[in-house]
Amino acid sequence: MAENLYWEDVAEGQELPALVKQPSKRQLVKYAGASGDFYEVHYDKDFAVETGLPGLIVHGALKNAYLAQVVTDWMGSTGALKKLSVKYRGTDVPDDALTCSGRVTKTYVEDGVHQVDCALTLVNGAGEQTTTGLATVILPSREK
Amino acid sequence: MTVSKTLSDQDRKTLLDMSLPPVTMDVEKGHIKRFAEAIGDPNPLWSDESAGGIIAPPTFLRMMITEAPAPPELAPFPQMLDGGSEWTYMEPVKPGDVITAVTRYASVNQRSIAMGPAVFLLLETEYTNQRGDVVAKQRNTLIRY
Repeated sequence: MAENLYWEDVAEGQELPALVKQPSKRQLVKYAGASGDFYEVHYDKDFAVETGLPGLIVHGALKNAYLAQVVTDWMGSTGALKKLSVKYRGTDVPDDALTCSGRVTKTYVEDGVHQVDCALTLVNGAGEQTTTGLATVILPSREK
Repeated sequence: MTVSKTLSDQDRKTLLDMSLPPVTMDVEKGHIKRFAEAIGDPNPLWSDESAGGIIAPPTFLRMMITEAPAPPELAPFPQMLDGGSEWTYMEPVKPGDVITAVTRYASVNQRSIAMGPAVFLLLETEYTNQRGDVVAKQRNTLIRY
């Protein structure tokens, strides 16, 4: 985890350290319990197939949490997440290895606030990009 | 029995004019820790008081969804897929906070997906704490089919 990442330390094109997540069915049940999202497509295979899905799918919101973690791990305790968006372009299945990564796309100062934009992606074991995202982070500046 | 999978203009208007029942939640330290475990995120910010006081992970508020049944206009589209979310954060959420989430349908569009006719709903949620400060906003695309 980064200790006191400063805006001046960040450059366009910089990669955020990637995370590999491999949520088991058990993890999906834990997420269902902690989040209150008990939609059956995440733990009842027969139900999932009846709705037209090939089988169980990972909660989109869990993938959202994974991409958030890429950003919050990188920015450390002195950064502040201001915006986070995710688009689910495909469904993911339990036990697949999901590689969650990010890259700095822009560093700028707006109204005296030092900010960084990042592009985020989640790629499944087959190499398909099933989720994309964007984040805006405020970082401390050494000038202050 | 064949259910007509269409949404009339009146149905769309009804949904757009509707306010969904607000959801209120007491934010508890143990729940934040359990949520952090469930997303597999060991960041001490979510669990260690000595790290400057516990705060909730960015997607914690996602759980504040009404348990009320979907409006009758959406009954022909019982299945759901999450299309994505756009979050804006103003204030950290901490144990002891009382958060109220108010959601409305910002857009309603009928489209076709691989599974058949579907409705794309854009749900806008505003999360307010006990002091009346808006702590976060979410724009969530929900696909019902």
